[in-house]
Amino acid sequence: MSGNGHSYGEQAGEAAPELAQEAAPTTAPSVPAAFGLFSSDTKKNEDLKQMLESSKDSAKLDAMKRIVGMIAKGKNASELFPAVVKNVASKNIEIKKLVYVYLMRYAEEQQDLALLSISTFQRALKDPNQLIRASALRVLSSIRVPIIVPIMMLAIKEASSDLSPYVRKNAAHAIQKLYSLDPEQKEMLIEVIEKLLKDRSTLVAGSVVMAFEEVCPDRIDLIHKNYRKLCNLLVDVEEWGQVVIIHMLTRYARTQFVSPWKTDDDVVEEYNENNFYESDGEQKEKDRNVKKTYTMDPDHRLLLRNTKPLLQSRNAAVVMAVAQLYWHLAPKSEAGIVSKSLVRLLRSNREVQYIVLQNIATMSIQRKGMFEPYLKSFYVRSTDPTMIKTLKLEILTNLANEANISTLLREFQTYVKSQDKQFAAATIQAIGRCATNITEVTDTCLNGLVCLLSNRDETVVAESVVVIKKLLQTQPAHHGEIIKHMAKLLDNITVPVARASILWLIGEYCERVPKIAPDVLRKTAKSFTNEDDLVKLQILNLGAKLYLTNSKQTKLLTQYVLNLGKYDQSYDIRDRTRFIRQLIVPNEKSGALSKYAKKIFLAQKPAPLLESPFKDRDHFQLGTLSHTLNSRATGYLELSDWPDVAPDPAVRNVEVAESAKEWTAILGKTKKEKPTEKFYSESEEEEDESASTGATESESGSESEKEDKEEGSSDESSGSSSSSEESSDSESDSKESTAKKTSGAVKESNAEESKKKAKGISKNRNTSSSSDTESSSSEGSSSDSKSVSDSRSDSDSGKSGSATSSKKEEKTAQDRKTPSKQDVFLLDLDDFYPVTTPVAVPTAAVLSPSLTADLEGLSLSGSSVIDQVTTQVFVPTKTHEMLHRMTGKGLSAHYHFSRQPDMFGDHMVPVQVTVTNTTDQKIENIHIGEKKLPLGMRIHEFNPIECLEPGGSVTVSMGIDFCDSTQTASFQLCTKDDHFNVNIQPPVGELLLPVTMSEKDFKKEQGMLTGMNETSATIAVAPQNSTSLVIIEKVVKAANLGVVPSGQDNIHRFAAKTVHSGSLMLVTVELKESSTAQLIINTEKTVIGSVLLRELKPVLSQG
Amino acid sequence: MLMRCGPGCHCPSPSPSNLIPKRVTSKESCQATDGKHRQSQKMIHSLFLINCSGDIFLEKHWKSVVSQSVCDYFFEAQEKAIDVENVPPVISTPHHYLISIYRDKIFFVSVIQTEVPPLFVIEFLHRVADTFQDYFGECSETAIKDNVVIVYELLEEMLDNGFPLATESNILKELIKPPTILRSVVNSITGSSNVGDTLPTGQLSNIPWRRAGVKYTNNEAYFDVIEEIDAIIDKSGSTVFAEIQGVIDSCIKLSGMPDLSLSFMNPRLLDDVSFHPCIRFKRWESERVLSFIPPDGNFRLISYRVSSQNLVAIPVYVKHMISFKENSSSGRFDVTIGPKQNMGKTVEGVVMTVHMPKAVLNMNLTATQGSYTFDPVTKVLTWDVGKITPQKLPNLKGIVNLQSGAPKPEENPSLNIQFKIQQLAISGLKVNRLDMYGEKYKPFKGVKYITKAGKFQM
Repeated sequence: MSGNGHSYGEQAGEAAPELAQEAAPTTAPSVPAAFGLFSSDTKKNEDLKQMLESSKDSAKLDAMKRIVGMIAKGKNASELFPAVVKNVASKNIEIKKLVYVYLMRYAEEQQDLALLSISTFQRALKDPNQLIRASALRVLSSIRVPIIVPIMMLAIKEASSDLSPYVRKNAAHAIQKLYSLDPEQKEMLIEVIEKLLKDRSTLVAGSVVMAFEEVCPDRIDLIHKNYRKLCNLLVDVEEWGQVVIIHMLTRYARTQFVSPWKTDDDVVEEYNENNFYESDGEQKEKDRNVKKTYTMDPDHRLLLRNTKPLLQSRNAAVVMAVAQLYWHLAPKSEAGIVSKSLVRLLRSNREVQYIVLQNIATMSIQRKGMFEPYLKSFYVRSTDPTMIKTLKLEILTNLANEANISTLLREFQTYVKSQDKQFAAATIQAIGRCATNITEVTDTCLNGLVCLLSNRDETVVAESVVVIKKLLQTQPAHHGEIIKHMAKLLDNITVPVARASILWLIGEYCERVPKIAPDVLRKTAKSFTNEDDLVKLQILNLGAKLYLTNSKQTKLLTQYVLNLGKYDQSYDIRDRTRFIRQLIVPNEKSGALSKYAKKIFLAQKPAPLLESPFKDRDHFQLGTLSHTLNSRATGYLELSDWPDVAPDPAVRNVEVAESAKEWTAILGKTKKEKPTEKFYSESEEEEDESASTGATESESGSESEKEDKEEGSSDESSGSSSSSEESSDSESDSKESTAKKTSGAVKESNAEESKKKAKGISKNRNTSSSSDTESSSSEGSSSDSKSVSDSRSDSDSGKSGSATSSKKEEKTAQDRKTPSKQDVFLLDLDDFYPVTTPVAVPTAAVLSPSLTADLEGLSLSGSSVIDQVTTQVFVPTKTHEMLHRMTGKGLSAHYHFSRQPDMFGDHMVPVQVTVTNTTDQKIENIHIGEKKLPLGMRIHEFNPIECLEPGGSVTVSMGIDFCDSTQTASFQLCTKDDHFNVNIQPPVGELLLPVTMSEKDFKKEQGMLTGMNETSATIAVAPQNSTSLVIIEKVVKAANLGVVPSGQDNIHRFAAKTVHSGSLMLVTVELKESSTAQLIINTEKTVIGSVLLRELKPVLSQG
Repeated sequence: MLMRCGPGCHCPSPSPSNLIPKRVTSKESCQATDGKHRQSQKMIHSLFLINCSGDIFLEKHWKSVVSQSVCDYFFEAQEKAIDVENVPPVISTPHHYLISIYRDKIFFVSVIQTEVPPLFVIEFLHRVADTFQDYFGECSETAIKDNVVIVYELLEEMLDNGFPLATESNILKELIKPPTILRSVVNSITGSSNVGDTLPTGQLSNIPWRRAGVKYTNNEAYFDVIEEIDAIIDKSGSTVFAEIQGVIDSCIKLSGMPDLSLSFMNPRLLDDVSFHPCIRFKRWESERVLSFIPPDGNFRLISYRVSSQNLVAIPVYVKHMISFKENSSSGRFDVTIGPKQNMGKTVEGVVMTVHMPKAVLNMNLTATQGSYTFDPVTKVLTWDVGKITPQKLPNLKGIVNLQSGAPKPEENPSLNIQFKIQQLAISGLKVNRLDMYGEKYKPFKGVKYITKAGKFQM
């Protein structure tokens, strides 16, 4: 090995001149004279040559293997080129492959000889086997010989229209290779790219986008027509391609859509200016319209929707790509969904962690809320490498706020003790940053840091001193004590930075420690010559400052120090000495400046800002190399700002085949929006503008749908589009469908099918629009696909999934029925201000449940157990105060839980808010302002109350998705000129939806939820509570539970499901002897279960 | 240390380090920055494999050749980092960017020239390492050196012009057969090759992860549900942070094109899931059923995190008393491990490792169960406990010898604990049933549950 290493060095020396002569290729490199010096090597190579020329394949193979081994070690094997290239046409596949490996490595250096192999590839390009065609193209394009550029160009063009998608994929790869070989082919290559972009195969998509990014990333216009197709294919593209496509689409979207972020406040201002000439009232109204009518471009939505599932990818790069897409493109409220997946990546390798943490660090500066729930995932482990530790620390510091700072500081305390001193020092910096950012804890932090000053480790002490210095600078008011303490420390600390910091502090605040400062100067003057340069400078500074403030005591001392400095070895110090002397010591030559010496030295200095090093990284696109390095990498493509006005979205319309996609997009959107708009149009007539836009949109949706139907039957090519659509359907066997797609043989039947499907959807959509169910945006897509699959399973009669789908159908059917009633109810509430809260009608429901349950038991025949949401049994009359009239400046607000299911979509808990005006003036424009919600929580706002007369009160409804937790939803209740922070905290009983089921089903479900999922308690029941009617009433009042009919008198059963996740919640009350009862709760949501148990206990035990 | 040679520079570069004498060639270093090569390509340009002592033992270029001297920047960073763990994964050099991973004592250093998502490269390099592991049983220097031709062929297939081409092990195995002892013997006699002569069809289909024409006499499908508990427990024994992470690893040997669906008793437990590409996402979204056409052989079906709302049951507890006396060269060490909430299953394979402070010279301990070792160089104490029986709790105690004169360590070291519980998924996750469609035979099915300690720290 070592011998080889030696000769290798010289051989490489030989290779370089050869390279230089590339333009005029040398004679055959096997000329012995050139290699005479290395006879041993040449002999070995002779041996290889002979083997290559032998007739036996095994000898050839052996030789090739040895040659590849040489290449792998970085040794030069170029002289064997002629012998190797002869074997390019070998019949043996392995020899052939190894020859390819050799060719790709050396062809560039031996251009003339490499040409010998070209004809072989040209022949192979015409081979009937697609794999051979593909591999020939691959090798041909990898040979970097400029003479064959025309041949390559021709081959690429031909391959780009090859029948096999695999060959087309390789053509896309070849484009990049050719471009790097000869950039002058750009125009021609762009044509090929344009053609390949239209390709519908998932195999091609990733590669061609890669080529696009390489060759012509600025030709965004090529993407327009393919945008929707790319979005729809994305899920099926291989993972590497996904990354490239997502990054490209991110850039694309930033140029094509308007910002979804502006809706909050900016828009209002902008439009105020625009509407300058309009009257005030109109303007205000318009403002709100503008706010409401910001609707995301359906294509924008399409992108967000189609990338979301990729968060579940096993490939960290894909997850990161989606995360950055959401970060850069999604409305702020939606970006939160990526955090969970990013946190998941932290379990991965060290390298992945490093990159992901960097990105999280940048994100967490701007939007703390995204990662707050995962705070603990960033806790440092002692086994983490230091770079991971510091990044985690960075994130923890970014996430620190008033609420979590105490836990964080406790965590930091353990970090400071870490054996990894670099990390301990970083922790101290972090504490310093927390102290400046959160004023509540500044003093605590400062005290903690002062304690650290007595730490035994010098680096810790030094770092603390530096941080304390910075902290004191921000608020120097009353910290004389600390400065004194630090002055005492000066004797023991040897780290220069720390010493310098202390001296600086004493100098800066010398008037606060008038007695100590001169003494410190005296001590340091003594040790001046032995100090570090950094410290010397600070001694000089201290001297100068003291000279100016307390010249009587320190004049001589300062002059002594200045004299020492004058003859110092460092010119920096000599310079400084001269400068200070001229400034402070008055002499006849001193200029005008010395008058201002005091101002110069003791000017108020701005406190240093303790900032995150990730502060300004956000101008780089997340997930890029540039972001990681925090400097522009070559080839970095800037992410453009949102355009003010969206470019014409029609450019993305594709006339024929794309219409199918179009209507799905629009369908998804209208479905999402319609409920709100209808809601407004019925309650507030002024809003009808926005409603009418909604209507036209839905019309256009159905129009394009019709179009599609027609085209589906007439035009064949739409068949393929719908089949690709189908492939994204869960039901269909994806392999089969793509087989159809590629072969394109069964188009007719596909067109038939798509027609059928379209009908199914239109039917579905009609019913849904009349019943006016609301589904949230994320829900929109899934319910979409559900309905499609439902209608298909009808026709398919596939038994396998029928149980579940029928369940769903039943559910949706019921969904449709109930809310229409509520809509009316809601209207009433809004238009005629009801004075009292609605009164419940519990009686019928309480008495008849056994009957209904029996009926249900019959009809359901066990297939569906839990999803039968019943209407509420009881509506509690208890109201909670939200805003007291004193704090609300005369505006008071109460809320209560109305227990109406499905009013605002599946996951929302409906809340009725009664707002009362107790002032003697009108209160205008009451609405919900800024929301501070825990992650995942959403609020469906009530529509703003235009005006509230003095003494009047209005009840409005809103929906809150509590995510099955009892966390409070905090938001601002705003009036025209004020805003108040209010909270709604749900009692656990309100996070449930009652469910009816038979006793049998109840027992079955209960059997599955045992063990950890069961909580129970024994309670004493008050005597008046022992009758069944009372128990039912009490329980149902306390929690929104459905009554399950019971065969036994002493056992009462209640069932419900949680609003957000739909987990079953089973409650059993079993009366025992001597007025005790056993209360059992079975649920997967053990936390809620135990809270519920706690809340139910007093209900039954108290009278 | 650095060799900053401009084009045409012939300076004899100073030896970068004595570890790597053979890299010292002046011409080579110039070649790296040679403007003659057009270098606008994206993605991965070259790959160097470097062992712990700094030898570059393999290089592969997908485009023009980049000189080994580029690795000097890497060596410089490595030197600065002291610890291998702390070598930054991304290094910027004047003409290139180096993105590296560290796996099994080998650095995979890739050379990049333009902007690229760094995770893309990192993920790919790990995939390469995984593939080596898969092929040779281990991803060590010797294994790679012994199979250098296969490695080269693999790299050639995995990357085309720096862009990943075939990374699914099922496809690769069709292209290039993994070496087995039998085959290498046969090959040496007959001169036949490792390269498959059948062409891979999987690459052409829409299920690239499965090879075609699979046949088995025994059709089997095994699923291992493996859960790991990550926890940080503070001194008082209360949990600071605990989380359950799980994976389902599958070994599927089924003939033909089976279409499987796997359902759980309690799918709601799965909070955050990442899937193998074979899983149909929509089906999971709507029905919480894993429906997929599996790859052939071993693969990771899903990995998941259990929703954080559920409390994590910690199966063991540790009582520990570690104290160092002030101004004395000894300390006491006393640790007891006991089972807690293990749902009637035995806790096995318990191993405790402690990174002792630097001042510790030696340890004199007695263990009531298992054996312990203390490495005075790395200061790592390892105690292999084995099984925990509740009747007799394992205990390790004795004297710690400290360096005399050294200050007393401020902090007690943290204890890392590993354990295993068979036949239990600590989150309570249960597989309900596995159905197969598309094929007629009846497969043998099996599910195994294991709970392990992940990053478990006291």
